[in-house]
Parts: sequence; structure tokens; C-alpha cells
Amino acid sequence: MTILTFTLILLAGAYLAGLLGSLTGLGGGVVVIPLLTLVFHVDIRYAIGAALLASIATSSGAASAYVKEGITNIRLGMFLEIATTIGAVMGALIAVYTPTNTIAMLFGGILIFSAAMTLRKKNEVALTQGSRLSALLKLDNNYPVNGVKVDYKLKNVLGGFSMMTVAGVVSGLLGIGSGALKVLAMDTTMKIPFKVSTTTSNFMIGVTAAASAVVYLQRGYMDPGIAFPVILGVLGGAFTGSKLLTRMNPKVLRIIFCVAITFVAIEMIYNGYQHKF
Amino acid sequence: MKKIFSKVFWADKDVEQLVGQMLITGVLTASIVVLSGGALYLWQHGKGGVPDYRVFAGEGVGFTTFSGIFKGAFKFNTREIIQLGVLVLIATPILRVACSLFAFILERDKLYIFITMIVLCIILFSIFGGIKG
Repeated sequence: MTILTFTLILLAGAYLAGLLGSLTGLGGGVVVIPLLTLVFHVDIRYAIGAALLASIATSSGAASAYVKEGITNIRLGMFLEIATTIGAVMGALIAVYTPTNTIAMLFGGILIFSAAMTLRKKNEVALTQGSRLSALLKLDNNYPVNGVKVDYKLKNVLGGFSMMTVAGVVSGLLGIGSGALKVLAMDTTMKIPFKVSTTTSNFMIGVTAAASAVVYLQRGYMDPGIAFPVILGVLGGAFTGSKLLTRMNPKVLRIIFCVAITFVAIEMIYNGYQHKF
Repeated sequence: MKKIFSKVFWADKDVEQLVGQMLITGVLTASIVVLSGGALYLWQHGKGGVPDYRVFAGEGVGFTTFSGIFKGAFKFNTREIIQLGVLVLIATPILRVACSLFAFILERDKLYIFITMIVLCIILFSIFGGIKG
């Protein structure tokens, strides 16, 4: 295969990965890893490097819109980024001592969990009674619902903070944004309305991924020949996805995709178990 | 100029606009650099064979250090130009944190100046702490 054909096929694949990630809400990086390893037979370390870049690109692109609309809770994001960046650095450290087959199996597990999470019942209720720590850290805020500002408060700040550390470790170890774990911490533990938790989680993914990306870049995981089609393809796909989402509600599509992704995840686990990575 | 440093000028809303603008500018700049480097790369090496990505060899110094990437990019080496775009992309969220620090300083929000400094320190440790192993 020539470099030109490889680049064009990967560009198309990355475009679909970005589209899929955006329509399901899984994020741009998650689909890149199975695409590179299972379809292109690229070593999982290069795949992790490329997936981190895809996560940074899509989360920063989407965050810029959400931040301007005033949905993202910047203080909450900043506070929790302490946890996710510490976790990400730890994850990147552990990665050196983790066999690639173990990483592939862990990835499969997280992928199934993430797919299940996108189908969960969403938390739409804003808490009126928050915890003392939440008020002390100025985390209580408001967000626009149909043009009206709705106040919300938080609880279980420390519980959410520790879950975020775990999300950071997973992100640093596997090279994904681990948005599903972040939302779990905010939605389920801290009881934040899902619109705020998804946008704030997306806002944090860029910084979390960057914290481990700088380590992986220095370790030589980032190959320009792979990065080039992956970054541009995923960004294009995510952009198309966001345009499509404003016009349709892909509930059925989401279920189909999540089932498909579960099969991909099982293949990752199986191949990891068979020591194929 | 005086207005820029006053607290009233920078309401939360403006900070959000600034952060949003910063993020999109970073991603667009990175994409343009990656696209130009990539197009030249295909032009020069498109007909060559794909490197064996099945085996992890790691990248050389020219792609893993600031000085290596800059040196190569200034010599118009196409792969290093792509890597420069990668560097811009990784820098975008980090600059966003720096941008928030600036905003919290103007708001004189001591608690969040402190919190943002911690996040920046962790990232700086990640870059310069020699933990690549």
C-alpha cells in the first residue's frame, strides 16, 4: 500500500469515527483506537497517541460553542481538572508497566461501559439544596433552559472528585477522553443536570488529554503520518455530526451504534486475551 | 488600555467568550498547519510505501522534542510540519487554562487563582518532569 492510499482510507475511516463518536456522544477518540488496531493493524501505542489527539481536537471544538452559550460550569471544570490531570499523569506512568494486551482488554471493558452509559436515564432535575463544600468552592451556578436561567446546586463534592481521579487514570492509561466516567461522577454522584455535566465533561476532556498527551508525545507514540488523517478526519466527522444532531434526534441510531460498538469492544477483549496486540 | 485591567470590564460572560474564541482559534490553527504539512507530505512521499506501523518503533528526537520539531519544521520537512500542528493542538487546552488564570486574576478570585495554578503546575510537571520513562 502506498502512503497516499493509506492516508485516504484512514481519512475516510477517521471521518466515520468522528461522526459516530459525535452522534452517540462517546467522543472523537474512542472509535479511533479500534479503527486503527483492528482495521489497519497499527500498534496500539500509535493508536493511543492518535486517539488522544482526536479527543483534544473534538472536545476543544465542541467546548468553544458550549462555553459561549453559558452552559459549561467553568469553575467546576477547573476544580475537577485538578483530579483528572493528576489521574492522567498517573495513568501515563502506569502505562509503561502495563502490557499492551492488558490495555486492549481494559479498553474493551471501558468501551462497553461507555456505550451502556449513553443509553442511561438522564438527570434533568436541578438540586435546590447543595452541600456546604459546594457553596464554599463556588460550584453552584445556573444554566439556560429555553432562555430562562435555572439555578442548580451540587452535593458529594469529594465523592465526585475521587471519581474524577479514576476517570483521569483511565484517560491517561488508554488515551481516551473517558467522558462516560466523567459524566457518571457529575451526573450520578454530584447530581448535576445532564446538560451541564455533559458540556462541562467535554470542556475538561481537552485538558485531561493534554496532560497525558505531552508524555506520550515525548515517548514517541505520535506519528505524523497517522496524526494527519486522524485529526482532520475526526474533526470533519464530528462537525458533520453536530450539524446533524440539531436537525434530528438519533435515538434509534444511537441504540444501533451502541450495539455495534459493543461487538467491537468484545473483539478488542478477545484479541487482547489471545495476545494479538 | 486601562479598561482591560478593570474588574468591571471582564464580566463572566466576556471570559466565556474569550475562552471559547481561544479554543476554536487553536483548533483551526492546528488543523491548517497539519493540513499544509500533510498535503506537502503526500506530494513528496505519497507514492512511497507505508511504514510498518504494526511494529512499535517509537519516533526519533526530531518528533519528540520542542527543538527537534521546530528545527525540522523550519527546514520545511513535511513530517515535522505536521508534528508542529500536533504541538499547537496539544497546546490549545493548556493555553485555555492559562487564559482562565488571567481571567481569575482580573476577577481577584483568590481561591480560583490557586486552583488554576495547581492545574497548570501538574501539566508543567507532566511536560518537564521527565516522566516519559
